[in-house]
Amino acid sequence: MDETLASVYRADRGRVLARLIGVLRDFDLAEDAIQDAMVAAASTWPVRGVPENPAGWLVTTARRKAIDRLRSAAADERRHRRWGELSITWDTGDGSEPIVDDRLRLIFTCCHPALTLEAQVALTLRSLGGLSTEEVARAFLISETALAQRIVRAKRKIRQAGIAYRVPPPAELPDRLAAVLAVIYLIFNAGYLSASGPDLVNVDLCDEALRLVGVVVDLLPDEPEPMALAAMMHFQDSRREARVDGDGVPTTLEEQDRSRWDAAKVATGVMFLYRAQQTGRTGPYLLKASISAVHVGAPRSDLTDWASIVDLYDLLLHWEPTAVVRLNRAVAVVMADSPAAGLTLVDDPGLAEELAGYHLYQVTRADLLRRSGRLDEAAAAYRRARGQTNNAAEQRFIDRRLKALAAADHQIG
Amino acid sequence: MRYMLIIHNDETHPLPGAPGWDELMADYAEFSKELASRGHPFTGDPLQGPDMATTVRVRGGETLTVDGPFAETKEWMSGYYLIECDDLDQALSAAAMVPSARFGSVEVRPIAEM
Repeated sequence: MDETLASVYRADRGRVLARLIGVLRDFDLAEDAIQDAMVAAASTWPVRGVPENPAGWLVTTARRKAIDRLRSAAADERRHRRWGELSITWDTGDGSEPIVDDRLRLIFTCCHPALTLEAQVALTLRSLGGLSTEEVARAFLISETALAQRIVRAKRKIRQAGIAYRVPPPAELPDRLAAVLAVIYLIFNAGYLSASGPDLVNVDLCDEALRLVGVVVDLLPDEPEPMALAAMMHFQDSRREARVDGDGVPTTLEEQDRSRWDAAKVATGVMFLYRAQQTGRTGPYLLKASISAVHVGAPRSDLTDWASIVDLYDLLLHWEPTAVVRLNRAVAVVMADSPAAGLTLVDDPGLAEELAGYHLYQVTRADLLRRSGRLDEAAAAYRRARGQTNNAAEQRFIDRRLKALAAADHQIG
Repeated sequence: MRYMLIIHNDETHPLPGAPGWDELMADYAEFSKELASRGHPFTGDPLQGPDMATTVRVRGGETLTVDGPFAETKEWMSGYYLIECDDLDQALSAAAMVPSARFGSVEVRPIAEM
């Protein structure tokens, strides 16, 4: 019985919570009411059997429990009024109700741009992912107390500043959806990067992010961008095993053993990308996923269709005219054409200035210089990059490159 | 809900008679029309500059009056709107239409209803 309850909780907590927040308009009350309903379920289900619609039963029971809580705290008139409203809309029925899926409203509220990005991430993982504050804090290496305070503040702002619990209207949807997807991708990358360090994290943020994007895909099936992000994350995730070598040093796409890529994840990614393309619309994630797909489609790195990648970056520049996209395009030009052509693009003064503090800019330059045979300049660029990163694994990667350069230099000399 | 849109500006904001001023005033007239057409009841006014400010404090029953604003800042409050909206999104959308938002910033604060 406990197992039934636990599996209902795992599978439906997000939907039950989203619905309750929709009804109660109060994150904390909804969370407390779910706890009350779980306690009630633990004592009644073993006696009366599991209800036919367990999630609906939990919503109805939690709603009753919320009314009890409001009633006992109904000292002030405002609460009394809310309690009255709740009683009117409360449909008793057979003890369960068809559950309206409010998760989309919940995720748009959690990822509202009026909240800090940190709060957006924490609220999303807590309410839709069902993670505890402690788990989120540990995954992001921040103190639990500090995170708890930020969550309290964010919930208060949602309530008091009048952040609406709704899916944005069509005119606002593209921007707001981009914000939701950015939060999900941030969660994914936090998981992806942390797993290469000492592995103390017991929550798999990559899996959480994949689940969250799946929810958005299911609830917005006509939007290409969530499907494209799902594709991109599956492609990236397929390289989880191959992205570091035996010593834990990051490997480049070029160096990776492609037989270690997870074929099932690649296939899922291709399926999502295909569905996104079927919408006939495009967007930044669709272009990025398409770039990933070109890499994934190459059996060996020297068989990569770099010309297509350059074309895709050209399209991406219309959406994201950023220095990082220009840098990545330059790399693709190098691979499609020649290191010299790429160096001209990378040494563009505007780009150099904008990316001055970005270690991957120097790493990229160093790689192009190395490929052009300008070994001394390459070593200088690697040394600059080394001073710009604190990540131990990346430093080891750079050290290894410097050592290889020194050896090559010695051979030539 | 009621929200106050607090407009902050610095010296980059056009002054009366300077280039750009007439266009800005036309934009403000347009903004008022747009707010009205969206059905938001509102009031609002520009303020004179901080050099016209006088600051008052009462300490131990004594009134202290000094020339100037409370503190020297690079940005100052130059005007406000008080508008009624359904939710924060409507208020944020109105704030983004305030013509001076192109020069300074607009702070959106919900009114603490008593």
